[in-house]
Amino acid sequence: MSAARQLCTFFLADLYFGVDVQKVQEVIRYQEMTRVPLAPPVVRGLINLRGQIVTAIDMRRRLDLPALPADQLPMNVVIRTDDGPVSLLVDEIGDVVEVDADHYERAPETLRGPTRDLIQGAYKLNGRLLLTLNSDRAVSVAAN
Amino acid sequence: MDELEEIIKEFLVESYENLDQLDRDLLALEDAPDDRKRLSSVFRTIHTIKGTCGFLGFPILEHVAHVGESLLVRLRDGELRLDGAITTGLLAMVDAVRTMLTNITQTKTEGENHYESLVEVLDQLRLGQVPQPVAVVAVVAVAEHATSGANFDFDSSGVKERVEATVDDLDAMVVELTETPSTASSSKASSKKSRKPTVAKAKPAAKSQATKSPKRSSKQTVAPAIETATVTSIAMTTQAAIAAPIHAEPLVTAASLPPAEKSMTTQNHNATARASSISEPASLSEPTDKGQAVAETTVRLDVALLDKLMNLVGELVLVRNQILQYSRSTEDASLITASQRLNLITSELQEGVMKTRMQPIQNAWAKLPRVLRDLSMTCGKKVQIKMEGAETELDKTILEAIRDPLTHIVRNSVDHGIEAPGVREAKGKPAEGTLLLRAFHEGGQVNIEICDDGGGINLARVKEKALSQGLISPDQAAAMSERELMNLILLPGFSTAATVTNVSGRGVGMDVVKTNVEKIGGTLEINSVYGEGTTLRIKIPLTLAIVPALMVGCGEDRYAIPQNNLVELVRLEGERVQSEIEHIHNVPVYRLRGNLLPLLFLDEQLQLRPARSAAELRQDSEVNIVVLSAEGRQFGLVVNQINDTQEIVVKPLSQHLKAISTYAGVTIMGDGAVALILDVTGIAKRAGVVSEARDRNKAQQTVKEQACGEQKHTLLLLGMGEERRMAMPLSLVARLEEISISSVERADGQQVVQYGGQIMPLIHLGDVLGSGSVRADGATTLQVVVYSENGRSVGLVVDRILDIVETTLTMQHAGKRMGVLGSAVIQSRVTDLLDIHNLILSTDQDFFAPPPTALAV
Repeated sequence: MSAARQLCTFFLADLYFGVDVQKVQEVIRYQEMTRVPLAPPVVRGLINLRGQIVTAIDMRRRLDLPALPADQLPMNVVIRTDDGPVSLLVDEIGDVVEVDADHYERAPETLRGPTRDLIQGAYKLNGRLLLTLNSDRAVSVAAN
Repeated sequence: MDELEEIIKEFLVESYENLDQLDRDLLALEDAPDDRKRLSSVFRTIHTIKGTCGFLGFPILEHVAHVGESLLVRLRDGELRLDGAITTGLLAMVDAVRTMLTNITQTKTEGENHYESLVEVLDQLRLGQVPQPVAVVAVVAVAEHATSGANFDFDSSGVKERVEATVDDLDAMVVELTETPSTASSSKASSKKSRKPTVAKAKPAAKSQATKSPKRSSKQTVAPAIETATVTSIAMTTQAAIAAPIHAEPLVTAASLPPAEKSMTTQNHNATARASSISEPASLSEPTDKGQAVAETTVRLDVALLDKLMNLVGELVLVRNQILQYSRSTEDASLITASQRLNLITSELQEGVMKTRMQPIQNAWAKLPRVLRDLSMTCGKKVQIKMEGAETELDKTILEAIRDPLTHIVRNSVDHGIEAPGVREAKGKPAEGTLLLRAFHEGGQVNIEICDDGGGINLARVKEKALSQGLISPDQAAAMSERELMNLILLPGFSTAATVTNVSGRGVGMDVVKTNVEKIGGTLEINSVYGEGTTLRIKIPLTLAIVPALMVGCGEDRYAIPQNNLVELVRLEGERVQSEIEHIHNVPVYRLRGNLLPLLFLDEQLQLRPARSAAELRQDSEVNIVVLSAEGRQFGLVVNQINDTQEIVVKPLSQHLKAISTYAGVTIMGDGAVALILDVTGIAKRAGVVSEARDRNKAQQTVKEQACGEQKHTLLLLGMGEERRMAMPLSLVARLEEISISSVERADGQQVVQYGGQIMPLIHLGDVLGSGSVRADGATTLQVVVYSENGRSVGLVVDRILDIVETTLTMQHAGKRMGVLGSAVIQSRVTDLLDIHNLILSTDQDFFAPPPTALAV
C-alpha cells in the first residue's frame, strides 16, 4: 500500500496542489479563451486545443481565492474526464513529484467551504504540505 | 466459438435485411399475386434463413421457416393463389422470425415460444383452407410434410423437363450464331477460358437455385441477349454466356453473364460495350445475379467509422478555413495555389463523406406499407400507398430522426384522415383511399410530403375543440386565420378525434412530431382542404454536422447564428435609429413593413450589460438588426457588427454549458478562435418572445401578414368592351398569346386553336360575361390569355391586355354575376376580378377533372 504515487503539481495563491499524473493529459501555457456569457462564473471560457473544444475552469474562483493579478496569465492543466478534456487554470506549474503513501493524511475536519469538497488530503513533504485535489469534483460545476 | 459468433452476427444482419425485403415483397405480392419472380425471391429468402439457422442450430426458427417455405412452394407452383389470408399468415411468420432473431441478438437463444398456433395456421393455409381454430386441423399436421416433399420433387422434375427444352432451344441458337461468319477465334478462346471461373462461381448458386428458378426467367434473361446478338462479336459473347451455364447447370445464365463479359473486355471493346447493354436487362430480370453483383461492389461498414470520418472531415474543413484565411494575407503565389487546391479537395472530400452517410429515404419508408396494411385492417379502411422520390437521399442521422414522426403521421392520416370506404363512396371518392409519400430536394433541404385524399381538417371543429379544451380564448379564436387554426393541431394535448382508438386520437402526437422535426432543424407545415385531404410537409436540412451560419459581433466576441433561423438583416443609421425604434413601456420595437418586431439586444441577452433605456439607445449611431424566426414568431436581434457567412462545423457544448439554452453548440473559426453558436429558439424563449401569449401574438401577426399579403397581389389588367376593366391574378396566367383569327377552328361546337400540340378551346370573355366586345376593324389577331391546369390549356379571349400591377386588393362588393368574384378599385378605376375557375367550368365542366394525383388540387 505504501507504493509511490506520482503527482503533477501546481500553485494556486499560496497553496501547493497535486493531481494524479495519470489524470493529466497535458500542461500548456496560457491560451486565448472565448468567454461564455451566462455560464457559471467558474467557467472562464473555451479553448481551442488542436481542434478540440476544452472548457477552462478558473481554479481560483473554484476555491474562493482572490483573482489573479491582471498582469499575470494563468496556465492550463488539462485533465482527462469522462466528458472529454477540461482545463484547470492555475497560477503556476510545479514539478511531477513522487510521494509516499506513508506521508499521507486526510484533510482536517476544520477545513470548511468549497475547499473541503475539493481537497482530499495532504502529503507531508519537507517544509510544506502538498494538497491532493479531487479533480473530478473540481471540474463538476453543475452544483455551483 | 468466436468464429461461430461472427457467423451468427452476420446471419442476423443479413436476415434483418432480408426480412425487411420480405415485408415489402409480400405486400407487393398481395397486389400482384402472379408475380413469379417476386414469389421466387420471397421463397429464396425464407429458404436461406431456414438453411442457415438449421446449420447454426436454431430448431424452432428453422421449423417456422420451414412451414412458411412449404406454403410458399405451393404458391410458387401455382397450386395456391396468394390472398389476404395467406399474406397475413406469411407476415405473421416474418414477425415471428423477427422476434426470434431479436431474441438471438439479445440472449443468443431463439426464445421459448414455439409458435405452434402460427405453424397450424400456415399449415392450414398451405392445404388451401381458411385458418380454423387450432384443434380442428391438428391431426393433419403430421401427414403434411410428406405431401409437401412429394410436391417438391414433382415440381423439380417438372422444371427440369422444361429446362431441358430451354437448353435445346439455346443450343439451336448457339449453332445459329456460330454459323454466322466469325473471325474472332481469339475471343472464342478467351471466352472458353473465362468460362472456368464463371462456372465455378455459378455452381453454388446453381445448386441451391437451379431447380427452383422458374423457367420463364431463363427465357427472359436470354431473350434480350439473343435479340441484340446480330453482330458477330456479340454473338461470341452471347455464346460464351450461354455456353457457360450449359456446362454448369442450366438456368444460371444471367448470373454468369456479367463475368463472361468482363473477360471479353480486353478482347473486344466494341463487343463489351454492346454486351454490357445486354447485361443490363439481363441483370434486371433476375434478382439472383443482382444480389451477386451487389455483393461484389458493396462493402458493409460500421456506422461508427463513418461518423469518425465525418468528424475528421469536419476538422479538415476547419483547417481549410484557417489556411484560406491565412493565404489571403500573403502574396506567396505557391501557397495561394496550394490552399486553393486544398479548398477544392476538402470540399469534394466533404461531399464524398457526406454521401457515404446518405441513405435513400426509402429506408425510412420501407416499413410504412406494412404499418399501413395492419392499420387499414384494424380501422376497416382501404388505403393504398404511393411513393414518389423514394431514392431521395438524406443523412443517416436525420433519417433515423424522422422515422418515428413519419410513422406517426401515416398513422394519423389513416386513422383520422382517410374515411371508411362507405363514407368515401358517398362522397364520390374511390372506396380506396390514397396516401402519397413524396420526397424531393429543394434549396439545400429535403422536403417530405405526406398527402392523403381523406376528409381533411375541419377547421370549425378544430376551433371548437381548442375552445372547449381551453387552449385558446374566444377572442383569440375569432382573430385566428386558417393557418393559425391549422397549427393548433400541433399544440400538445390537442385531438379532434371523436373517439380515442388504439391507433391514435389521444392527443399526444402531432406536437411530438413537431418537436422531433424541429429538433433536427426542420419545419412542419400542414395544408388541408376540408373534405378533400391533408398534406403535411416536412422540410429538413440535408445534414446537421456542417451548417451555414451568419457571424455576428457583440463587443469583442463573435457568435454564429445558424442561417435556417435567419430571415433578413436590417441596418438603421443616424436619424433612423431615433425615429424608427419605438418603445412600448421600455420595450423596444421596430416597425418592419407594418409589423411590430420586438427587439432583443444580444449583449443584454447575454447579460453583458444592463438593459438600455430609450435615451441610451438614441445615442447609438447605428443599429444592426438580425431578423430571426423562432417557432413561427419573428423578432429582431440587435448586434454590434454583422460579419460574413461561413460554413461552420457544429461541435457539442461541454457538460458544463449544456444547460444554457442560449447556445446550440460551439465552432472553431477560421482564425482558430472558438465561437459560440446561438440557439435562436432558446434566446426567444428566454426573452419571452415565444411564450404562452404567443398564439395571440401570432394570430395578430398573421392578420397583419394577410393585410401585407393582400398588398402584394400581382394582377393582370384586361380591357373588355368600351370601358370595362377586368383583373386576374398573374399567377394564374400561363402565357399571353396573340393568335391569328385565321387559325381559329371549330370543334365540338366550340372555337379552338391548335396550341402546343394540343387543341385549346377558346373562351370569349366578352360573350361569357355579357360585356360585349369591341374589336378594331380589320384586326387579324386575338388577344389570348392562356390558362393551364393539369397539362390542359384554355384560352381566354380578351379585347385588350392593359397592364400588370402589384396592388392592394380590397374587394368592394362581392360579385353576383357568374365569372366575377367581385370588384375592386385598381389604378383608380373600378375593376372586376375574374373568377377564372368558374368561368372555365361554365364552358367545360370536365376541365378540372380528373385530377392527376387526386391530391394535388
